[in-house]
Amino acid sequence: MSDLQSPASTGTAGKASDDAPVKATAGGDAPSAPATTGRSFLPQSTLLRHLLVLVVCAVLAVAILELTSPFQNSQLATLTYYAIAAGGLTVLTGMNGQISLGHGALMAAGAYTTALLLDAEEPLPLPVILLAAIVVATAIGALVGVAAARLHGPYLAGATLALAVGLPGLAIYFHDIFGGEQGMRVRAPQAPEWFDGFISAVSGNNASSTKWLAYVGAICLLITYFFLANLVRSRIGRTWRAVRDQEVAAELAGINLGAWRVLAFVVSAAAAGLAGGVLAIVVRLAAPSGFTIVLSLALLTAIVIGGLGSLTGALLGSALLVFLPPFVTNLGGDFGLSQTEAAQLAPFVYGVVLIVVMIFVPAGFVGTIRLRWMTRKAKRAMAQAGADGASSRG
Amino acid sequence: MDYFVNVTLTGLTQGMIYSAFALALVLIWRSTRIVNFAQGSMAAATTFIALALIQAGQSYWVALIVALLSGFLLGAIVERVIIRPVEGGPELNAVIVTLGLFVAIQAAIAIIFGSSFQSFPTPFGVRGFEVGDTTIPLTPTSLYIIGSVLLTMALLVALFRFTRIGLAMRASAFSQEVARLLGVKVGSMLTLGWGLAAVVGSLAGLLIAGGTFVWPAYMDALIVFGFVAAIIGGLDSPVGAIVGGLILGLALSYVSGYAPRGSALVNISALVILIVVLLVRPGGLFSSTTARRA
Repeated sequence: MSDLQSPASTGTAGKASDDAPVKATAGGDAPSAPATTGRSFLPQSTLLRHLLVLVVCAVLAVAILELTSPFQNSQLATLTYYAIAAGGLTVLTGMNGQISLGHGALMAAGAYTTALLLDAEEPLPLPVILLAAIVVATAIGALVGVAAARLHGPYLAGATLALAVGLPGLAIYFHDIFGGEQGMRVRAPQAPEWFDGFISAVSGNNASSTKWLAYVGAICLLITYFFLANLVRSRIGRTWRAVRDQEVAAELAGINLGAWRVLAFVVSAAAAGLAGGVLAIVVRLAAPSGFTIVLSLALLTAIVIGGLGSLTGALLGSALLVFLPPFVTNLGGDFGLSQTEAAQLAPFVYGVVLIVVMIFVPAGFVGTIRLRWMTRKAKRAMAQAGADGASSRG
Repeated sequence: MDYFVNVTLTGLTQGMIYSAFALALVLIWRSTRIVNFAQGSMAAATTFIALALIQAGQSYWVALIVALLSGFLLGAIVERVIIRPVEGGPELNAVIVTLGLFVAIQAAIAIIFGSSFQSFPTPFGVRGFEVGDTTIPLTPTSLYIIGSVLLTMALLVALFRFTRIGLAMRASAFSQEVARLLGVKVGSMLTLGWGLAAVVGSLAGLLIAGGTFVWPAYMDALIVFGFVAAIIGGLDSPVGAIVGGLILGLALSYVSGYAPRGSALVNISALVILIVVLLVRPGGLFSSTTARRA
């Protein structure tokens, strides 16, 4: 799940590594021959490998949630919905090259659906409700995607920006259903009984409702990322990258650019819808003020800082979104800023970080590390080949 | 009938402001192929400078001139320091840098000037002229707005058409390589272009602030509408920006004036108008390029 953009050759690297040394000395094309990968202990099937990572991450998630305080639990719940939406945006912007400034609106669609369905006398089971949130957001995403597929660059940015501003306005217009400016209070779903048993068996902690929501978020996050990681590594992901990198070549290869762009938008909207659903039950409120442009920009910030096109990057970026503001606000307080001033310090730092990252490390956090690592690997392979060549000649 | 005229005039006045703002975006797009999402925040910053001067007892006109000058400086500095490194790079990087700038400047305003609502004065009255004993819905303020936007546009046209610097700016927007070979200092022209655009943007900000309240995010709506107007017009065409702004201003004014509880529908109708225009002409109404750029 972690390294989505390593070159396509890594899938075959395990097989090739056995005969690579022979080839390298014989052909003298060492730089292109894959160096021995450190991944030989992982299964070669992408699905199996991702399943393994999923299990490890699930165990890690339980460990983290049980070792942290209730307050940190709620912060982690916030992290999960940011990360789910950022993961979806990674597919759209990172993999398929379409920018969206309107994902906040798609999250709003998911959140309001969840709020409405939880408001019923006998609410449906939570998974069904979240599924409905996904469906609604997907439908809107498909509509927008059809329009967006014809646009690129600034035109797309403008259309999605208008979406981000326009869609939450509907909630104000239909205030009888959606509660207008005040929004809708969301009844937090109750934790099932097995959850109590599970928590007391694992750690003996108190199974609070905050904890349950954090677990719901974590489960949704893991499922989403597992799904997206597989998608990105599949034929679909490769096609998206082809559409992103070489429009003309992709079209010549028989790829219908528009259809694939719409598909990327739809997948991304589905993730945003789920994120909105999780947001609604975690925040317990669905209101227009929660889905401003700032939310959409924050998501974009997350994926850019983490490293465009990497799900790990999206996760790291979201973590920054959640944990940086309290830190910066405290720092501002220490420097003698008033509370309202300190609250504004966080967006200021966001903005500055965004500019600095784009100017100095445009590949983002994960991208830069990956680039360093691959350069080192290539250098080592070259040195190895040089030594081999010398020994075989001498 | 009175009501219709009133709504139309409001729409025209608003449309003029959108036009000015869209024009600022188009100026920057033509020269550097970058959409400046920070335009709104930059304009808000200069408006707050003007407000600070007015509160310190200066006249509106002094504040206006200082604000426009500081807008020019801000635009030039932003281009030189922040935009230059990402110019000519991937489209997405430049978009993200200007978005970052948008957030950072807005937060900086809130830190420096506070985030409360403050009233901004207007130099002219907001009561309609009286013809006989009926009050026609044309106020001195809206005349001032329309007049100053028209004057700015005339000055810009004169600059680009009749001066050497305007010619050099057009040349560097048309083809950087060729302009450079012919001895045009393309870098300075780009900086100048950003400065000028920031002046126009600041003017739009000051005009829309007149007689109402300002707060750090008060330009958010204007940047969306200005951007929509620029895109309706086709981003590449100054005339398109003006026409787009007027169309949008009128349409939104009719929606909010005639639809039941229409003011809540304004944002979504901007989206609908934009989508319809783009579905018919993906490059905007006045797009001239028939071949798609790579």
